[in-house]
Amino acid sequence: MIRYVLRRLLQLIPVFFGTTFLIYALVWAVPGDPFSGKCGQTACPQAYIDLMTQKFHLNDNLIVQYFKYLGSLFTGDWGETFNGNSVGELIGNAYPITLRLALVAVLIEAVIGLTAGVLTGLRGKGFLDNLVLVSTTFLISLPVFVTAIVLQIVLGTEFGIIDTSVSDNPGFGELIVPGIALGSLSMAYIARLTRTSIAENRHADYIRTAIAKGQPRSRVVGVHLLRNSVIPVLTFLGTDLGALMGGAIVTEGVFNINGLGGLIFRGIQNRESATVTGVVVLLVLVYLLMSLIVDLLYAVLDPRIRYD
Amino acid sequence: MEWNMRRSRRLWGAAAVVTTLSLVLTACGGGSGSSGSSGEVDPNGTFTVYGTEPQNTLIPTNTNELGGSKAVDAMFAELVAFKGDNAQPYNQMAESITTPDSKVYDIKIKQGWKFHDGTEVKAKNFVDAWNYGAYAPNGQINTDFFSNIQGYSDVHPDDKAAKPTTDKMSGLVVKGDYEFQVTLNAPFSVFETKIGYTAFAPLPDAFFKDPKAFAEHPIGNGPMKFVSRTPNADIKLTRFDDYQGQDKVKFKDLDIKIYASQETAYQDLLSNKLDFIETLPPSALAGSKYKSDLKDNLVTGHLLGISTIAIPYYVPGYNNLDLRKAISMAIDRTQITKTVMNDTYVPADGYISQGIPGYRPGVCEFCKFDPAQAKQLFAQSGFKGKLTIASNADGGRKEPLVAACNSIKNVLGVECDFVPATDFGQWRSIVTGHKLTGMGRSDWSADYPSIEDFLNPIYKTGASSNDSTYSNPAVDKLLEQADATPDKDAAVKIYQQAEDLIAKDLPSIPVWDEKGVAAKSKHTKTVVLDFRRRADYSSVEVTK
Repeated sequence: MIRYVLRRLLQLIPVFFGTTFLIYALVWAVPGDPFSGKCGQTACPQAYIDLMTQKFHLNDNLIVQYFKYLGSLFTGDWGETFNGNSVGELIGNAYPITLRLALVAVLIEAVIGLTAGVLTGLRGKGFLDNLVLVSTTFLISLPVFVTAIVLQIVLGTEFGIIDTSVSDNPGFGELIVPGIALGSLSMAYIARLTRTSIAENRHADYIRTAIAKGQPRSRVVGVHLLRNSVIPVLTFLGTDLGALMGGAIVTEGVFNINGLGGLIFRGIQNRESATVTGVVVLLVLVYLLMSLIVDLLYAVLDPRIRYD
Repeated sequence: MEWNMRRSRRLWGAAAVVTTLSLVLTACGGGSGSSGSSGEVDPNGTFTVYGTEPQNTLIPTNTNELGGSKAVDAMFAELVAFKGDNAQPYNQMAESITTPDSKVYDIKIKQGWKFHDGTEVKAKNFVDAWNYGAYAPNGQINTDFFSNIQGYSDVHPDDKAAKPTTDKMSGLVVKGDYEFQVTLNAPFSVFETKIGYTAFAPLPDAFFKDPKAFAEHPIGNGPMKFVSRTPNADIKLTRFDDYQGQDKVKFKDLDIKIYASQETAYQDLLSNKLDFIETLPPSALAGSKYKSDLKDNLVTGHLLGISTIAIPYYVPGYNNLDLRKAISMAIDRTQITKTVMNDTYVPADGYISQGIPGYRPGVCEFCKFDPAQAKQLFAQSGFKGKLTIASNADGGRKEPLVAACNSIKNVLGVECDFVPATDFGQWRSIVTGHKLTGMGRSDWSADYPSIEDFLNPIYKTGASSNDSTYSNPAVDKLLEQADATPDKDAAVKIYQQAEDLIAKDLPSIPVWDEKGVAAKSKHTKTVVLDFRRRADYSSVEVTK
């Protein structure tokens, strides 16, 4: 097990450097003048351009810039935005909110998606199965921003049940509706995935053996069936938590949530390269960590993997 | 907390409605409010406005966009201020501004004004602030505004590589605690109006001791003082009770709430969570939906700005006066402003925004829609090929220009295409790099309300925003003459002559002039939209 973990950890290093370099290059090396349009309808004064060029090392070539960036990153300095805010501070303010939102979304996904999947997977064809099929198809075909805006306008502006935007530092309650919007797509996928997986394993030999041994039904389903069926779902949930951090871009934009997604949303809008790079680097770390955890969980759930 | 406050405000609102209703029923109704809100004015209320993240540090010399100036303008008071409703300049911190020749200005400031940290505002605070703004190594965004003060080239050499020889401009001399003298490079009669611009605010001594700390907690001399700022979330200001100016505010707290999307802010406004938004999102403008959404809560103003379609001289084939006239007369401005722009703009007929002293209707005689003459002029021009209009396509810029293109196409029978740029940044780099291959959008909004600000920066040879490379020595001469004319009315007349010449050359085609539509919540009793698309805070009254 320890060798397995070590190997997985070592694999993270080249992936980290590769992805962060790509991000840095993509964000900073976009063709065109980074100062065009920064000063409104008139051109930026040369003095301002000089100051900023020096501050962001724009005169160096890209590789040198990247290593200067990494250097300060390792000392805990995420850099500064054009308007002088510390990116580290921005991320520090934003990540707890996004984490809360992602948790709400994952919870909604897992609870509703898994329940619907298990129920339909066990029962097979029938009214419930059709209902889940139709509703998940509907959810999958809706882009997240449509779901979010419809929920916002209907529940917020029209009925006044929720606030149309979320406060600066929202609690879990305020995040339920944005969480539904954010998690709806994955919820549908999870329901589908679980259903297929359960339906497949339902007739497996080990289940029949368990039933034949006279195990109670709850144990057969809960331990034998679910443990094996949940592996593909877990992969999905794990990477989804990473995706939720980034996928929240749209949802956080719509509900004006001050999280990481909102930070990228604004960063891209205002062409704040430092913010975008910083947040995306963080998201890469989250992805890497999540896939590591998922892989380790695999090994726990299915011993065959760790002996590989 | 926020939530509770809102709720109690809602209750108060209901109570207030009942009270007013009974007042009306007993025929006690007195004053007529310009807006539909009712209820008692709350001097300790909070006014929440839509905001965007400031693009630079919150220092007057480094703020030139709407997001930052919403906060900076409330925190600082300049020598001259502009009235919210008609943009009339008046002396604010200035006791008197006198000049014998429009070149040397003697400025006396009022006594007893205080910065928010309790120190008194003195003449040297202005001089130091202006020197700081002009000094090249400080890299301030508004540095160009100081360029006509004598000695600017010493602190800010044109040559990028040259080091400034000093950090003080010779044209600024402190003559006492409350008096200083400004000497300009050349006579400039509009200077008195120009110093009402944000960049000319004074800075306290604390700023020069530690600019970095100041940027985090700015100290101004304006009607509101800084409380706190959370990046991407909000900027909070509160009333400065020692404020001496006449533009005092009638509410207590100003909460600039930063939104990622206008659409969300608009939804918040409709549900009364936000009190003011100065611009409406495209979805609300579509089909004039905003009129039914807002009813009494619609606020209209008149922005001092103008939209034109520039016809760059460097594009082959376009340097042709008949073609310019034909294009201009083929655009049905009335129709487009009404249908495509949903009444948020009015047709333009000159190079100066309506509402500026010196504006005359019908200056641009070729701005009338006249299909027959347009066709004839187009035939005369002998132009072959395709016309294009380029612009950034976001923010509702595309639709009116596509409509203009169609209007040209229908009248002249020539192909016309809209060429999109992805965003404002890319668009600006095309314009400033002189890479246009046809016509292009060219919008201008005034930094200060003067006819001069609509001509000098755009139409003078080699001027900072003369992106069409227009050059007419006669125009240059008139503009210089007007700048040097001390008598304001006489100067305006000469600026008008320059405008007449420009209108004959048609370096750009005036198309429309933005009215400015804003929206307020029902908690806001009155609010005026000023010429710079900001809520005039001194006009704001919020109800309980």
